[in-house]
Amino acid sequence: MPESNFKRFVEVGRVVLVNDGPLAGKIAVIAEIIDHNRAIIDGPTSGIPRQSFPYKHLLLTPLKLTKLPRAAGTGIVRKLVEQEGIVEKWDKSAWAQKRVMKEKRRSLSDFGRFKVMLAKKQRRDVVRKAVKKASA
Amino acid sequence: MGIQEFQVIGRHLPTESDPNPKIYRMRIFAPNEVVAKSRFWYFLRQLSKVKKASGEIIGVNVILEKRPLRVKNFGIWLRYDSRSGTHNMYKEFRELSRADAVKSLYQDMAARHRARFRSIHILRVVEVEKADDIRRPYIKQLLTPNLKFPLPHRIRKARSTFVAKRPSTF
Repeated sequence: MPESNFKRFVEVGRVVLVNDGPLAGKIAVIAEIIDHNRAIIDGPTSGIPRQSFPYKHLLLTPLKLTKLPRAAGTGIVRKLVEQEGIVEKWDKSAWAQKRVMKEKRRSLSDFGRFKVMLAKKQRRDVVRKAVKKASA
Repeated sequence: MGIQEFQVIGRHLPTESDPNPKIYRMRIFAPNEVVAKSRFWYFLRQLSKVKKASGEIIGVNVILEKRPLRVKNFGIWLRYDSRSGTHNMYKEFRELSRADAVKSLYQDMAARHRARFRSIHILRVVEVEKADDIRRPYIKQLLTPNLKFPLPHRIRKARSTFVAKRPSTF
């Protein structure tokens, strides 16, 4: 295949983020491509049962299982995911952390948001004082 | 409309001249049991001199897919009545079950030929096991080793109708 400008592909072993439905927010692995609209995904470590899923409701992540054979069973997928530490890699990624942060912010109450505002003010104060001192 | 595969068994009612009539079994794809039984009588009437009034249905069972999580390639032979004549066709589908393949067959025939359920007869549904036996290029292309493709031009839903930035679609 010639070089492509695209970086993420639908392929066996690609880690995907489910974007819709009751499983939204969990990651899974493409185990087999069905056609141009659907694939079989499997997420034994994140609680996604093996199922057919449309690409429309999936987001491709930069992560990939390197040695997953086509149409591998759940056991092999689990083994490889644990071996390559996909879950930790995902949790460490900026994308996942941003999602966690957004979720946290969204769950705050009015008082929580007020406390964030105060904390931000304090941080701003410290930064400004330091800048003033350095430039003076 | 989901489609299931039914096994319908029926026969002519026993008469004095024929106390043990022949039993017929058909595998029929239909949305429900009622339609399955109706299709059974429709086909049986064409095959032999039995009709609903003079026959009985012995049993109706749903046939479930043996391995509904394995991707299979199905070849389907069908006969359909277009507006101007009758045609035979062979089509291939890549699906998880026989019933799913037949469902997408009906969708495909409706889309390409405006064919209704009543004008399509499914003759044979076969799983094509060897990749070399696949005839249609649109299924063949999915069987290339190390298949991969990007998902270009994805449009994310904007939060509101008016936003400051244009959506990025790649």
